Amino acid sequence: MNLVFQFSDLHSFLWMNGHGPYVWGCYAMTFLGLAFLALEPRLQRKRFIRQQKALAQRKPAARGER
Amino acid sequence: MAWQWFHRLGSPKWFYEKTEKWLPWLGLIALLLLVTGSIWGLGFGPSEAKQGNSARIIYIHVPAAILSMAGYYVMAIAGAIGLIWRMKLSFMVMKAAAPIGAILTFLALFTGAVWGKPTWGAWWVWDGRITSMVVLFLLYLGIVALQEAYQNQDTADKISSVLALVGMVNIPIIYKSVDWWYTLHQPATLKLTQKSSIDPSMAYPLIMMILAFYLFYAWVLLRRTRMEILRREQRTSWVQDLVARG
Amino acid sequence: MTQAESLSLRRALLAGLRRELVIAFRHKGDLANPLIFFLMVVVFIPLGISEEPAMLARIAPGVLWVIALLATLLSLDGLFRSDFDDGSLEQLVLSPQPLGYLVLTKVLVHWLVTGVPLTLLAPVLGVMLQLPVEGYLVLVLSLLVGTGSLSLIGSIGAALTVGLRKGGLLLSLVIMPFYVPVLIFGSGAVKNAIQGFAVGAELAVLVAMLLGWLMLAPFAIAGALKISVRA
Repeated sequence: MNLVFQFSDLHSFLWMNGHGPYVWGCYAMTFLGLAFLALEPRLQRKRFIRQQKALAQRKPAARGER
Repeated sequence: MAWQWFHRLGSPKWFYEKTEKWLPWLGLIALLLLVTGSIWGLGFGPSEAKQGNSARIIYIHVPAAILSMAGYYVMAIAGAIGLIWRMKLSFMVMKAAAPIGAILTFLALFTGAVWGKPTWGAWWVWDGRITSMVVLFLLYLGIVALQEAYQNQDTADKISSVLALVGMVNIPIIYKSVDWWYTLHQPATLKLTQKSSIDPSMAYPLIMMILAFYLFYAWVLLRRTRMEILRREQRTSWVQDLVARG
Repeated sequence: MTQAESLSLRRALLAGLRRELVIAFRHKGDLANPLIFFLMVVVFIPLGISEEPAMLARIAPGVLWVIALLATLLSLDGLFRSDFDDGSLEQLVLSPQPLGYLVLTKVLVHWLVTGVPLTLLAPVLGVMLQLPVEGYLVLVLSLLVGTGSLSLIGSIGAALTVGLRKGGLLLSLVIMPFYVPVLIFGSGAVKNAIQGFAVGAELAVLVAMLLGWLMLAPFAIAGALKISVRA
């Protein structure tokens, strides 16, 4: 299996014989989608901790437990 | 012994703690494979004679499509386990899986459509695969909508599990029907949806990307499930301790 | 099942059937709604698309099927709702007979008062849409069998959303994907008949789907109702 870079220069890599916008568009959208999936849990966690801390401050006695 | 493990698996806290250590590694491997596979496909994969460079979209379209389908089964089976064994954790997995599947289906649809433009000249073509994928997207949206509609979490879990199961049984039938419908319009010609036998130098990056997507899916699913655990168990002391530690 | 049990099941089913029919015919106006909807949208088609006979003849099979499907959807929301609201659904769920059988009486009556009338009206509307002569018999046959599946599938959706106050639109969203195969083979049969091809296969598939749903739907409906009632 030989790995040959298929393009002569950066310009042709981006332009891809006219198909460039489509290919790069797809990869960009996919990157966005996957990035969202990857980052959302972290954002949710931060928001959750912030919420919980605020709740705990407001009513310290109401903390339930198992 | 196995029963003990199964019972422990039902404990959200146990699950949360057990996944803590190795989850980042899973994510790292997934990301590495994604990047490697993408670069391989974009830069080194062959440009197909017929379709030209737009064939490079295959390296993300096919994995997204595969995972969108597999993800539905993950979701439905998690729902079934929750219903049969009353396992709350399983319901949490199902709830976490629904949006992931919807997004992946959307990505498969988007990349499929954009791929169609340079290949067949149209942004949207009602061929068998795209049509089936739209229906799959709607199936996912139904689950998400049903989850959101019910205030009571327990009811939401169970009702959406029933729907997911009905969906799981029907997906093969729907796909077959759409396939039949499509072949009505395309009698003899082996159409553009027919994949030519895959060039091995295309197969390797494709397989790598499929594997990468599987690992990525698992990673995201586990993280979302963990988040759901925190939310649902927020009144417990172990979660409060976790919050206090930041 | 012992003989006593099967006797009481039969009694329960007959009683349920009678009850549903009585309730359905109490509000005769409601029975007409799907039919009026059917007619109304058929009028929209030439207005919105084209009144040109050739165009109408081409799209008639699909259009008739799609509108019949939509009319069925509209009539589903109320299927369990009034019983849910006044508590009789809970009684049904608690009764000793298997819930799956009991709900089938509701679905049967729904089909009798919605699917069958739509099927009978369809040829008349087919004339208005310039449906070619070869299509009429298959239109009626496909709708007769297909609306049975539509009622069964729709009842699952109704059971899944009965606990929600504004369940109507969500019901449609939830079950429309499952309508796809029925629509494909139903309208496909009519289209094939018009073109002179054999339609045995399509009709057989429709019957197979009906039987499949007859087996699956009771479990799904009963499961969903039990969950909703206990909520």
